[in-house]
Amino acid sequence: MSVTTASAWVQARPRPNWLVRLFDWKPFLVFMCMLPAAGLLLVFLTYPLGLGIWLAFTDTTIGRSGQWVGLENFEYLMEDPLFWSAVFYSVFYTAVATVGKFGLGLWLALLLNNHLPFKSLLRAIILLPWIVPTVLSAIAFWWLYDPQFSIISYLLVDKLGLLDGYVDFLGSAWAARFSLIAANIWRGIPFVAISLLAGLQTISPSLYEAALIDGSTAWQRFRFITFPMLLPILAIVMTFSIIFTFTDFQLVYAITRGGPVNSTHLLATLAFQRGIPGGQLGEGAAIAVSMIPFLVFATLFSYFALARRKWQQGEGND
Amino acid sequence: MAHIITRRGALGIGAGALAAATAGGAAAQRGIQAASAEMPRLPIESGAALRVIRPTRFVEPDEVIFRENTAKFAQATGVQVRVDFVGWEDIRAQTAVTSNTGTGPDVVIGWGDDPHVYADKLVEVSDVAEYLGRKYGGWMFLGEKYGKRARTNNWISIPFGGSVGPVTYRMSAVKEAGFDAIPEDHANFLRLCQALKRNNKPAGFALGNAVGDGNGTANWLTWSHGGFLVDEDGKVAVNSKETIEALGYLRELYPTFAPGTLSWLDPSNNRAYASQECWLTPNGVSLYFAMKNDPATKAIADDTNHAPLPRGRAHGIPQAATVLNGMVFRHTRFPNAAKQYIAFMMEAEQYDRWLTGCLGYWSHPLKAYSDSAVWDSDPKLKVFREGMNHPFWSGYKAPITQASGTVAAEYIMVQMYASVASGQATPEAAAREAERRARRYFR
Repeated sequence: MSVTTASAWVQARPRPNWLVRLFDWKPFLVFMCMLPAAGLLLVFLTYPLGLGIWLAFTDTTIGRSGQWVGLENFEYLMEDPLFWSAVFYSVFYTAVATVGKFGLGLWLALLLNNHLPFKSLLRAIILLPWIVPTVLSAIAFWWLYDPQFSIISYLLVDKLGLLDGYVDFLGSAWAARFSLIAANIWRGIPFVAISLLAGLQTISPSLYEAALIDGSTAWQRFRFITFPMLLPILAIVMTFSIIFTFTDFQLVYAITRGGPVNSTHLLATLAFQRGIPGGQLGEGAAIAVSMIPFLVFATLFSYFALARRKWQQGEGND
Repeated sequence: MAHIITRRGALGIGAGALAAATAGGAAAQRGIQAASAEMPRLPIESGAALRVIRPTRFVEPDEVIFRENTAKFAQATGVQVRVDFVGWEDIRAQTAVTSNTGTGPDVVIGWGDDPHVYADKLVEVSDVAEYLGRKYGGWMFLGEKYGKRARTNNWISIPFGGSVGPVTYRMSAVKEAGFDAIPEDHANFLRLCQALKRNNKPAGFALGNAVGDGNGTANWLTWSHGGFLVDEDGKVAVNSKETIEALGYLRELYPTFAPGTLSWLDPSNNRAYASQECWLTPNGVSLYFAMKNDPATKAIADDTNHAPLPRGRAHGIPQAATVLNGMVFRHTRFPNAAKQYIAFMMEAEQYDRWLTGCLGYWSHPLKAYSDSAVWDSDPKLKVFREGMNHPFWSGYKAPITQASGTVAAEYIMVQMYASVASGQATPEAAAREAERRARRYFR
């Protein structure tokens, strides 16, 4: 009797319908689960990027769809001194600002890593320049650098009497370039400092205790413990920072619009100026596309040069 | 000619203008001579409704009266009209999208060049333009220039008005420098600026990347020396003896300017003037009214006057106007209603009220409106009356195209002058470089 029951039970098991079987089929399920994310990426990332690259090879202007012109836009840019000056300043701006941000940011992180009264409050305050929308801080810097109304000039000339005339921050090429870099550094420090602080706090205190017992100096502790342990996070933060700085737009656009006489154009501001107000969408896209090799190089550099395990653990390159 | 004015200033102008508009309402149409002319027969399509975009207001009455006039049109014809006010920098892009996609607003009251860029997509409006011209004494120079398709007699748009920025100066400072008025020739104007500098009351002309003011400075210098960017056929002709003379002139003039003009953006000269750091600068009328309506700066406004930019060797006042240009797109289902709307807005009952409410910021394109009460409401507005009669336009002498807009947006002319003023380039090298860059867009 028990045998009969068992066989009856097996037969009673309903055959799942086709929909259920489809969803039980693993490859299909994987595809369905990835579809929303892939769709978002395709629509909002791949398509605009692809369109931008396509535009770079056409002579599209605003109001007229373009024709394929091959490398014509790039050929023109190659012999355009304005483009090369933007390349120069973009690289210079990124290099100097990154050194400044990391020097000061690391220093600030080391200070904050000590036991200080009101530690949390201080850390919150440090983040302020990063939180303020860039355009607002750019406008604040625009006033600071104004030829007529700069408070810096006011203090130096009218209050302290150190200078005879107002400082012309934005009126000549190099003064304007460094003024913008200073504004960028001010804005970038908090991001670096807070990220590195997080890195510092993951370093085990026992390492420092061991070093102290061995009679190490403060410099040695920094050089052989703090710095190597910090390198992985440094590499990531630096990659991000370089990308943000190289593609910076708002500070320069709000403060100088690339002037005086184009000495402060970054690739991003030049691309915008040519593409949108100038209406030459194709050429603007070509300038934007020409940023890609620089960014790829910067990313690879951060990863391969800074994230080598040998530096961190004293082992061979692997 | 910056359009960014302080909130307080804007409120001040708004309040003052509203008062002026209501008080002058009855007298507004005083003396507008309308000849008899027959409006072309344009039967309004049944069920017509219109969508209109135009740039945002700069003073409150600009929008208020514009909306009232639109409501009057709806009442008279039964056509519902929706007007959207779009940011000054966005309307160009919206016009482009409208033109490319063939959908969107039926009527765009946009910037001067745009109808010429999208000429093929517009409804011809010669009937309305010729009717308005007959009725109101004819079109002024820039009205025709911006309204007619290049080298034809066909109207593709109806200019609503133009904004100019003459020399705005302090009468006391100019008197102190030994002049009764702003000289019209280069040599005396230079002497005036040198004297102003000596008295520590310097002049200032923007040389930074400022779309309005920077290009205004560059155009004035070029045109007043008889130079031009492109010739009648659209060939780049900026590298000329005249341009090089203009560059040499700036080299002498630049040291007399207030400090920092190389980095001046559009609002900079307004601020410098209002804070008495600069005593002579080209600007639209907005600055004067902002100061006049603010008790703190009223004294400056009382001492302020306007004069045309020194014409030098030019055959007219060497300055272009920022033109507000109305166009009807072919994709509209109600072209007659759209034309009727534009014509209605330009009729004296509506237009003169609007013109008066705008306090002279927009100069009229139809000759009869020279008699509008607004031009006598304040003797300091006199120069704005002729704004649309300046014989120069952006991209002079070529037909109006997109290229001249690109040259302005790329600051090619501004940078030619700035590089000489800052000593980075000789006049010859600067002119060559400007020629090279401009050729890219005029090809």
